[in-house]
Amino acid sequence: MDIVVCVKTNPDLQMVRIKNREAVTEAVPYKIGDLEKNALQAAVDLRAAAGGKVTALCLAESNRKAAEDIKVALAMGADEAVVIDDPALAAPDQAAIAAVLAAAVKKIGACDLLLFGEGSSDNYTGQVGARVAELLGLPQIGYARKVEAADGAVRCERSMDDMIETLEAPLPAAVTVVSEINEPTIPGLMQIMKAKSKPLQVWALADLGLGAPAPVREIVSNLAEEQDRKNILFEGTVAEQADAFVNALIKEGVLGR
Amino acid sequence: MAALLVYSERVDTACELVAGGKELAAALGLGVSAVALGPGAGAAASALAAAGADSVYVSEDAAFEGWPADAVAAGLAQIVEQAGASVVLVGSTRRGKETAPRLAQKLGAGCVSDVSSLVVEDGDLVAGRYAFGGATVAREKLVTAVKVFAVMPKTFDAEGASAGAGTVVSPALSVSTAVKVVDHRAKEGDHVNLDAAPLIVGVGRGFNAREDLALGDELAAALGAVVGCTKSLADFEWLGEDRIIGLSGAKTAPDLYLSVGVSGQIQHTVGVSAAKLIAAVNKDKEAPIFALADYGIVGDLYEVLPALTERLKSV
Repeated sequence: MDIVVCVKTNPDLQMVRIKNREAVTEAVPYKIGDLEKNALQAAVDLRAAAGGKVTALCLAESNRKAAEDIKVALAMGADEAVVIDDPALAAPDQAAIAAVLAAAVKKIGACDLLLFGEGSSDNYTGQVGARVAELLGLPQIGYARKVEAADGAVRCERSMDDMIETLEAPLPAAVTVVSEINEPTIPGLMQIMKAKSKPLQVWALADLGLGAPAPVREIVSNLAEEQDRKNILFEGTVAEQADAFVNALIKEGVLGR
Repeated sequence: MAALLVYSERVDTACELVAGGKELAAALGLGVSAVALGPGAGAAASALAAAGADSVYVSEDAAFEGWPADAVAAGLAQIVEQAGASVVLVGSTRRGKETAPRLAQKLGAGCVSDVSSLVVEDGDLVAGRYAFGGATVAREKLVTAVKVFAVMPKTFDAEGASAGAGTVVSPALSVSTAVKVVDHRAKEGDHVNLDAAPLIVGVGRGFNAREDLALGDELAAALGAVVGCTKSLADFEWLGEDRIIGLSGAKTAPDLYLSVGVSGQIQHTVGVSAAKLIAAVNKDKEAPIFALADYGIVGDLYEVLPALTERLKSV
């Protein structure tokens, strides 16, 4: 079974600072998102059971070192990697990302199962998996916390707002995963060394027969919220603090209704 | 009349979107149409009309059973065309969030998901959503002919809009799904609905052991609150994932959010920033949660919680 895992690299959120309400991302390193690591691990586990090939597919966006960062996916067990890097894709919206990934999946060719993280750790739109599924005419299953494939079908368990479901879709299919699905293996030195000799291709938009995408959205602003909270800390003994706290809640009208 | 179309598989969420959408639609010169899909969906028509819908598209096609994303997206796309809709609001539940982008892709439309605010500015809809893991709010406009917004539950109030005619329309739809439901079961015992809870006690890594969460339960019981948690406690399997608050869980808007042993990382606090009041108990005076809190107690939760619970019992 041939699996393509769509992998996004994100600025390391722990290192993003807010200055004058704006996120400062300059000099912040990128890394593969946690949910994408879950998706990669799921692909490696499925390959162990069913054979086939795992390809990691990454759209570089503004990450100039994506071709370097994607080697983590190869060290985690992907057989090959493809990076789409093009100046016209520095800040793509989800429609553009989906169009590029769908074209890349077609160019890669053999793909029985397409895996994604449920959302990216930075913007978490959760749009790309569903959009790519629609573009390729594939059935989609979101939020998988268990995935198995047999007899030309993929079967997933997922936890929805009010119920646990087990769904089955014929292959080829697109599946997005959540963090409960597995514990990604941290690659050892041997795997990291081996990854260096695995095939890695870098494609531009022209290699996919695509032009620069037409944007579907405009970002009006992107600023940290101004919080207007009282910031009152209660002093005194524990009993005094508890008393003052409960009195404040009563005064606010949230107690004793 | 061109329409603003509202859909959610959850009737309460759909009613909120109809009521909130009615005001937006008026500013845009649109009518409001609601959509109810699935076996038995027609029962929702009167509630949707009361919330303000001018018309309600109802299809009880069996392909909508369990609301599979492919069938629902296809059905909605056909209704968008029949209704002449230019704006679609979908409830950003898990099901809605996997359906909205598929619908947008079918329509060649832009889509904003997890929308936490939606307003009309200079004749254009502007949607707010959290970005950078919740550190910022991106305000986005869509530039496509049809615009799809997946709006978080409780963004709008279901009350307040005047009732609509609620004319029921039975559209002819051609839909099917490739996904089969093999099994489904209700979640076990401790299922909670955080996004409807007026009072929430949030527990975090400050608890040293799973058994100690009983202190949080006792406090919640004394308050009449529901217990939620940070993602890490669900990762430890101390609590179920439906109790996660934050970017990967519930986005809540309670009257009071009382955090206990929660440091206040943005991935968590994004789920409570809409709370009317935020209070915190944490032993670290420098914990970021205090910057977001209206009321705080710096102290050891193992001492503070029993005292608080005791005091609350006397209210």
